[in-house]
Amino acid sequence: MEGLDAVVVGGGLAGLAAAYRLAKDGLSVILFERGDHPGSKSMTGGRLYLEPVRPYLPELWEDAPLERMVTKERVTAMAEGASVTFEFTSEGLRRPQPHSWTVLRSPFDRWFGEKVAEVGGFVIPQRKVTDLLKEDGKVVGVVAEGEEIPAQVVILADGVLSPLGEKAGLRGPLDPRYAAVGFKEVIRLEQGEIEKRFGLREGEGLAHLFFGSITKGVFGGGFLYTNRESLSLGLVVGIEAFAERLPAEMPELLEEFKARPEVAPLIEGGELLEYSAHLIPEGAHRMVKRLYGDGVLLAGDAAGFALNHGITVRGMDFALASGALAAQAVKEAKERGDFSTGSLARYEELLKGSFVLKDMEAFGHTSEVLAHERLYDRYPYFLCSLAEELFRVGAGPKEKISRTLWRFAKDLLLDSKTWKDLWRMREL
Amino acid sequence: MEIVVLVKRVPDSEAQVQVKPDGSGVTVEERYGMNFFDSLAVEEALRIKEKFGGRVTAISLGPSQSVEVLRTAIAMGVDDAILLEEEALLGGDEYATARALAAGVKTLPYDLVLCGREAFDDSSGVVGPVVAQFLGIPSVTMVTKVEVEPEQRKVKVEREAEGGRELIEAPLPALLTAQKGLNEPRVPPVMGVVKAMKAQIKKLDLGSLGLGPEEVGQKGAKLEVLRYIEPPKRRAVKYIKGEPPEMVKELIELLKTEAKAL
Amino acid sequence: MAGIWVYAEHHDGKLKKVTFELLGKGRELAQGRGEELGAILLGKDLDPLAEELSPYADRVHCLESPLLEVYNCDAFLEALSSFSAERNPSMIMAGATYQARDLFPALAGRLQKGIVVDCLGVELADGGRFLLRKPIYGGKALVEVAFKEEPQLVLVRPRTFPPAEPRSERAEVSKEQIEIDPTKVRLKVLEVMKTAGEKVDITEADVIVCGGRGLKDPENFKLLEELAEVLGGVVGATRAVVDAGWRPQEDQVGKSGKTVSPNLYFAVGLSGAVHHVMGMDTSKVVVAINRDPMAPIFQYADYGLVADLFQVLPLLAEELKKELGK
Repeated sequence: MEGLDAVVVGGGLAGLAAAYRLAKDGLSVILFERGDHPGSKSMTGGRLYLEPVRPYLPELWEDAPLERMVTKERVTAMAEGASVTFEFTSEGLRRPQPHSWTVLRSPFDRWFGEKVAEVGGFVIPQRKVTDLLKEDGKVVGVVAEGEEIPAQVVILADGVLSPLGEKAGLRGPLDPRYAAVGFKEVIRLEQGEIEKRFGLREGEGLAHLFFGSITKGVFGGGFLYTNRESLSLGLVVGIEAFAERLPAEMPELLEEFKARPEVAPLIEGGELLEYSAHLIPEGAHRMVKRLYGDGVLLAGDAAGFALNHGITVRGMDFALASGALAAQAVKEAKERGDFSTGSLARYEELLKGSFVLKDMEAFGHTSEVLAHERLYDRYPYFLCSLAEELFRVGAGPKEKISRTLWRFAKDLLLDSKTWKDLWRMREL
Repeated sequence: MEIVVLVKRVPDSEAQVQVKPDGSGVTVEERYGMNFFDSLAVEEALRIKEKFGGRVTAISLGPSQSVEVLRTAIAMGVDDAILLEEEALLGGDEYATARALAAGVKTLPYDLVLCGREAFDDSSGVVGPVVAQFLGIPSVTMVTKVEVEPEQRKVKVEREAEGGRELIEAPLPALLTAQKGLNEPRVPPVMGVVKAMKAQIKKLDLGSLGLGPEEVGQKGAKLEVLRYIEPPKRRAVKYIKGEPPEMVKELIELLKTEAKAL
Repeated sequence: MAGIWVYAEHHDGKLKKVTFELLGKGRELAQGRGEELGAILLGKDLDPLAEELSPYADRVHCLESPLLEVYNCDAFLEALSSFSAERNPSMIMAGATYQARDLFPALAGRLQKGIVVDCLGVELADGGRFLLRKPIYGGKALVEVAFKEEPQLVLVRPRTFPPAEPRSERAEVSKEQIEIDPTKVRLKVLEVMKTAGEKVDITEADVIVCGGRGLKDPENFKLLEELAEVLGGVVGATRAVVDAGWRPQEDQVGKSGKTVSPNLYFAVGLSGAVHHVMGMDTSKVVVAINRDPMAPIFQYADYGLVADLFQVLPLLAEELKKELGK
């Protein structure tokens, strides 16, 4: 193809958003995806926050195949044999616009790929991009399984490991300290049953996060999301800690999680449809040297754009926004006829002006905070014991609530580690 | 050389297939591609064209999604593609399908017709030879080597046969069905894929084929489908444990007494 | 005129085993419909073969011609189609062999009749209709069909039916007059090349010992050959080892190779990829030997040995030798 404007490597959300915006703006773009179709190698817990993304892809959401609008949020702190759950619901999650939606990546990304084709982008599945085409140190295209595809610019949205990001000199290899691994089961459950079991209105959904003893003192947590006709249930654990300290194998951990009395009845009678695992960047932006170079840009997980905030876990909105912004930067670069580093620096400028880099900068160190063991045993244990005391009616005289609270608070506050943790948690 | 290739869109061998509880049909996972043996036929057609010049046309009978495999053929290098997607043409048995395809082939000049030895979904290997009969040309199945002699209007083929191979000579035009080993199909170049996405696929309907609705599809079929059935399931595997000597002893015992296979 | 016909395929003076399997089933179907069971022989010097078929059919039709000495699709098609058009049988059955799969679809086209290939079952239903079953999607489902017109052409997977029992009554042997117009025989058989060595057709074997890449080296197939020999079976191969050049294409079991249905199938050092399994899943008894407990082949086996094949095979061959007194 004469004068291809852009090649996008990777058919996940960043790549698809970039290709979509480029094609919509009339630029010629080919997106390469190594899986059977966009989405076949993508995975999320998960749930997509729409508000941050709407400005970048406004028209997309009308007929997007999203699962359920999340109107109930739950967080559970788990200790051994006990747990405390916090539940939140609000009209504000429904109106004026749905706040977030649970999502299944395979149908969603596949649909998105079709949308890209509809607006004139070329999506080529089952094709792996093996190398970058370089000329005098500039990226001038890609090599896909022996075939050279020249292009003005290459957007690398090739995921958390980003081998091409490394080849472009934009980042280093994935450091196990900056990644977690998520394991997930998709369990089929009839629509009506989901609504009954979780107390939801028709079409509405629940997002439930768990933390505590289930990850045995290691950074991570559990999740449960309701899809239209299935549940997404899984665990995330930090890789390095996992490798060093975790006594059990991941599948065992997942089985223990599923067997918890808080979880088991929720998945009872469901049929296992799918089992998957995926790497998740955690503070991985630290491996990124630069987000752009001569003729090349980095977006999505490849750029380490993912945030585990404890209560909120985000990656998809970052991917979509960074992909759209990469496309924007490329469009402007084409107008200038300049695809050099200097021109593509506009990409970082756009990111800085958006929630992407703003939030990454503000919350980029949450993984360190969340890596503390006490978050997974001491604090859940504390909450559970407090609740136990408050709710229990024994044979003897009952203690006044204020006394109980004071007792527990004293215990916590007299521990210097608590102050250290509180200080650290300001990062959140 | 004018070559026509018959191609079919079939499910991937790993696609999940479920028989509907009432046996009225099957649900197939959305994983489709070009029938493997047909890709051998397309590749061979392209090689012959590259050697002797001419044109290659791919024809497919199927639902509108069959365009995907025609585009794959174009991406590989085929010159034209024709889709037979009219409702009345679909849902027939191999005979009725061949009837329609033959009518499609008849609208073109052809020296050679190529197709796969069988399609993954029905594994019948019937369409090719029946098309040949409708065209009044000879057919040779399970071909593993093709040597065209355009000047002499002949083709020499090697085919897989009982106990070995056969070397057969056929006059052109002829129909050949491709077996594994014929060639290694090329991976469509990216630029070919892009070109194919923009290509125009010709459609032929009953009128253009010169056929009546009673000759094709379910109406024209010689077989009636009564129902779909779940295949008999093997009972769960029995694992034989222990050290190899113990395993062997137990296996032999089971084969003798339980399985009665010795 | 009716009649249930069985195409009696033969090579080098020997009838294919499947012929006898079809004569057994054919007898049942013929009796059910009150029709004659006929065996159809095409070739030259057919008397000895007709004799051999005699205890199994009501009539043996011999179509002799020098043009039928060597299998040639055009010649056989001319003979069979005109004979069939003349006599109008209800059904013509053949084994789903190379030859029949080359000839019979063309016959269906010529006679403008339907055909079922790779049939796994035939039943006689009320009203005299035959119900046939065949696998689709590589055996992931079965479809039941019936013919709208006759003759019904059916190619049956070898070893689906048990061989016929011979009867004391002998068949009538009919030498049929056939004229084959040589101008209609456009194909020329230039050469027939048989693979060296006396080999049992893998589709007819009672026992198959099949090996995959787990054998690590073509040399190691000796272990399988040893085991096969003790069991009176043959060695099969997966696509991977055929593509690697370790074993010949004709030994390949699988979707792009052969479909087999032995009594006993050993799957040794092979993972059980879907396209392989599709070629052997009607085997009566399957034994899988693989070091990897997650190998998919275990889902398709009756007995599974998670073990080192290099340890198990020699022991198995030895013990079987004792057991079977070889």
